[in-house]
Amino acid sequence: MTRILDVRDVHKRYPLGRSFFGRPKTFHDALRGTSLTLDAGRTVAVVGESGAGKSTLGRLILGAERADSGTIELFGTDVTRASTKQWRALRRRGQMIFQDPFASLDPRMTVGDSVAEGLIIHERELDRAGRTTRVTELLDRVGLGPAYLPRYPHELSGGQLQRVSIARALGPQPDLIVCDEPVAALDVSIQAQVLNLLLDLQDQLGLGYVFISHDLSIVRRFAHEVVVMREGEVVESGPIEQVFTNPSDPYTEELIGAVLRPSATRTIPDIDAGSAADTEAEADKPVMST
Amino acid sequence: MARLITRRLMTAALLLVIITFLVLALVDLAPGDAATRLAGDGASPEQIQQVREDLDLDDPLLERYGRWASDAVTGDLGTSLFSSQSVSSAIGDRLPVTLSLAATALLITVVVALVLGVIAANWPHTLVDRFVTAAAALTMSLPPFVVGVLAVTVFAIQRSWLPATGYSPVADDGYAEWARHLILPGAALAAASTAELARQIRGSLIDAMRQDYVRTARAKGLTRGAIVCKHAMKNAAIPILTVLGLQVGRILGGAVTVEFIFVMPGFGQLALTAVEQQDIPMIQGVVVVSAISVLVINLLVDISYGLVNPKLRRA
Amino acid sequence: MAADPHDTAGSPVLEVSDLTVDFETEHGWTTVVDSVSFSIEAGETLGLVGESGSGKTITALSVMGLVDGRGARVQGSVKVEGREMIGASEPVLRTVRGDLVSMIFQEPRRSLNPAFTVGNQIAETVRRHQGLSRRDAWAKTVEMLDIVGIPDPARRARQYPHELSGGMCQRVMLGIALACEPALLIADEPTTALDATVQKRMLGLMQSLKQRFGLSILFISHDLGVVSEMADRVAVMYAGSIAEIAPRHELFAEPGHPYTAGLLATYADGGDGGGSGDTVRQPRRMLSIAGMVPAAHEWPTGCRFHPRCLHAQEGRCDAGELALVGFGPQRASRCVRRGELVLEGLQSP
Repeated sequence: MTRILDVRDVHKRYPLGRSFFGRPKTFHDALRGTSLTLDAGRTVAVVGESGAGKSTLGRLILGAERADSGTIELFGTDVTRASTKQWRALRRRGQMIFQDPFASLDPRMTVGDSVAEGLIIHERELDRAGRTTRVTELLDRVGLGPAYLPRYPHELSGGQLQRVSIARALGPQPDLIVCDEPVAALDVSIQAQVLNLLLDLQDQLGLGYVFISHDLSIVRRFAHEVVVMREGEVVESGPIEQVFTNPSDPYTEELIGAVLRPSATRTIPDIDAGSAADTEAEADKPVMST
Repeated sequence: MARLITRRLMTAALLLVIITFLVLALVDLAPGDAATRLAGDGASPEQIQQVREDLDLDDPLLERYGRWASDAVTGDLGTSLFSSQSVSSAIGDRLPVTLSLAATALLITVVVALVLGVIAANWPHTLVDRFVTAAAALTMSLPPFVVGVLAVTVFAIQRSWLPATGYSPVADDGYAEWARHLILPGAALAAASTAELARQIRGSLIDAMRQDYVRTARAKGLTRGAIVCKHAMKNAAIPILTVLGLQVGRILGGAVTVEFIFVMPGFGQLALTAVEQQDIPMIQGVVVVSAISVLVINLLVDISYGLVNPKLRRA
Repeated sequence: MAADPHDTAGSPVLEVSDLTVDFETEHGWTTVVDSVSFSIEAGETLGLVGESGSGKTITALSVMGLVDGRGARVQGSVKVEGREMIGASEPVLRTVRGDLVSMIFQEPRRSLNPAFTVGNQIAETVRRHQGLSRRDAWAKTVEMLDIVGIPDPARRARQYPHELSGGMCQRVMLGIALACEPALLIADEPTTALDATVQKRMLGLMQSLKQRFGLSILFISHDLGVVSEMADRVAVMYAGSIAEIAPRHELFAEPGHPYTAGLLATYADGGDGGGSGDTVRQPRRMLSIAGMVPAAHEWPTGCRFHPRCLHAQEGRCDAGELALVGFGPQRASRCVRRGELVLEGLQSP
C-alpha cells in the first residue's frame, strides 16, 4: 500500500487581536501536534466539532496555508518545505471539494468552463476541442449529461452543483481528494447520492480521500479509518469499526452518543439537558470556524 | 474608547503638521507673488525686494514653517499681510457666520434625509419610494450655487418671503432675523447632501430590514416603529454615519460658494481672498482651522461608530 | 399566557385547515404550500419533516402570519387557540406573536440583533406584551436566562450576541420565545446549525421547558433522528403538501408512504447492527432516493413523488388529485397504493 499522505506533528496558530504596532496579542492554536496517514485508495475521516481544527488541517494538506511546524508528506514529498515548482507538480495530484458548492463555483462561469479550469492549468497539451471532450467525459462520470455544459451555477440544485465540483476536481486526474464537509449543505436524500458517487469513483479510480465531517453517521459507512479531533488535537484514531464499537476516549464516546438516529420503539427519553459546566465550556469556544 | 481617542488625537496632530507644511510649500510653488502685490503697481524691483526681506519671504521653507508653527502652537497665527489684522481675530469674526450656515445646512440635511429615507425604506418600490429616489438622484447633481440662485430667485426676488442676501448676527436683530437669513442659504447648501444622505439611509435600512434579526423582531410581535427605528436603524447607522461625516465635509466646502451668492461675510470668503492675494499667514490660519474641523468631525464619527456598534468598541 | 392543558379540553392549540400559499415568481403565481391541514393539541409536539422545497418553513411562517407582502398570497385557515391568523390585521397579529405563539430559527447568531445586548432583547418582549417596568423586565430577563440554562445569567444578560457561542445564542432565543409563556412554540430547524453534543443538550432543554411551560411545539426538521427524540406525532411534507401523518412510533415502524420509507432507508443500517465483530469493514453504499425534489413551478401531475417512486403505477399515480386519506387512528397518507404495499420501516431498536 503506498502511503500518499503522512502528516506528522503539525502545529498551526492564528493571531487574535493586534496591538497598536500590529503585533499580535494572543493566539488561537488551531492545530496542536496533529498527525494522520492515508494510503492510496483508502478513506480517512477527520471528525470533530466546531473549533476542532478539521478544516485547518484540510487547508494545510493541500498547501492553501503553511504549517508553523511539523511535516506533511504528500506523495512522498515534504510539502512544508516544498518549492513552488514542486508544489505545481503536487497540486495536480491533490484536489479539494468544499461544503458550499454555491460559494466554491464562480457564478459567472458556466459549468463547462468551471470543470475545464483544472484542465487548462494541468493538461496544457489539450486544445479547446480536446478539453470539451474531456469535460463531457468528466460530467458523464459524475452522472451529468452534456446538456449541463452551458448552464450556470444558479440554474442547478445543490446536489448537481456538488457533482460539478467533483467533476472539476477529477479533471487533473488526482490521486487524493480532500473533501471538506462535502454533503453537509445537501438534503438527506441527495447526500446519499453524492456519497455513493464518491464511493464509486474511489473504486473505479483508486482515489484516496481525506473526508472531513462533523456527521458521524455518514462517516461510519464511508471511511476506512477515522481520526477524532478536539480543539486542535487528535484524541483518538484507528480503523473505523474499532473506534465506533470500542472507543477508547471519553470524548469519542460523547460524540458517538450524540448521534441521534430515528427509532420506532424508544419512548421519548429525558435527554439530559447538560450541566452548567457543559454550557459554560460551550461558551468558551473561540468564534472562528476551523 | 479612551485608547481610541488618544490614538486619533495623535494621528490628528501629525496630520495637521503635514497639511500645514504642504500648504506652505504649495503656496510657494503657485504662480504670483505676495510681495509684488503688496508693493503695489509700479513698484520698482528694489522696493519689491525690500518688501520681501521685511517679511522674510526669502527665507528657506523649513525655517519659515518652523517659525510659523512655533507661533501657532501658542495661539498666535500671525498677522495678515494685507490688512494688518491679526489672523485669529479675522477668523474669529467670520467663523460664526459660516458655522451658523453650516449648522443650519446640517440640521436640514439630517432631518429631511431621515424623514425621506425612513419613508422610502418602509414602503420600498412603491410610488412614494420611487418619487423619493428620483428626486434624490436629481438633486444630488445640483451644485449649491445652482440651487442657491434658483432659491433666491423664487423665494426672495419674485416673492419677498425671505431675505436675498446678508447675514444678521443674533446680537443685532435677535434670533428670528438670524434664522430668516439662514434659511435660503442653508437649504441651498443642504440640497445635495440631503439627497445623498436620504439615499444612503434608504439603502442601509432596506438592507438591515432583510436580516434575520428583523424576522425575529417581527416574530416577537414588535411594532413597525420599533423594528425600523430601533432594530434596523442601529445596524444601518454605521454606513449612514460615514456618509454623514462626508457630507459635513462637503457642506463646509460648499459654504464658500453659498456665502458668495448670498453675500455673507463668512469664513469661505476669507479663505478665497487669502488665496487670491497669497496672504500667507491668513492662508495658513484658514487651513489650520479647516483641517481641525474636519479632523474633529472624523473623530466624532469614529466615536459614534463605537457607540452604535458594540463590536467596534475596542479600536 | 400558558395554555392550561386541562382548560380548553379537546380544542387544539393550533388548527391549520387548507393552508395554501402562492408566490409571484418569474414563472407567474406559483403555489409552494398546497392545501395543508393539521392540528396540534395542548402539550403535544408535532414534528414537521421535509427536505428543501417541501414548504415546511413557509408553513411555519404562515402560522405566525409572517408571510406577507405584495408577492405573496395566503389562503385557508390558521387558528391559534381559536384565533384566526389569516386575514387578521397587523395590529392583531402583533399582539399574538411573541405572546401566544413564538418562533425560533435555524441560525441563532444571525437571528439576534448584534447591536443590542441579549438581555435587552429578552426584556423588550416582556415589556411589549406585558407592559412591565424596566426593572421588572430585567428581573424577568435574568430569570429566563437562568431557566434556559445559561450560567451566570446576570452577567451574560449584558453581553452581546457575538460574545456568546451558537448554543448559547439559541438558548437566548428560547428565552425570548418563552418569556411570555406562549401556548405554542414553533422551532424551525433549531439545532441544525449546532454541534452534535450541543444539539443533544438543546433538545433536552427543550423537552424540560415543554414540561415546565405546558407547551405545544411545532418542530420542523429534516433530520429524522432529531424528530425521533422530540415529536409525538410526525407529518412528512413533500413538494408543498403532507405526504403522510402518523404517531412517531408507527411512522418509523410502518411508514405509510414510499417517500417516508425512502427517507428512513437512508438512515438504515447506520452500522451498529450486525457484523460488529468485523473490524475491517469496507465502506458501503447507502440507500438513496433517485432523482430530485421538483421545483415548485414544475410539480408533476398526480402524486408529486411518483417520478422518483419505486412503486409508481401508470394511470393511478401520475394523474388526478390525490387526497390525504385517513386510515387507522391518527394516521393518514396520500399514497393511493398504500393499502397494497408493504413499506419497510426501521428495524428495531
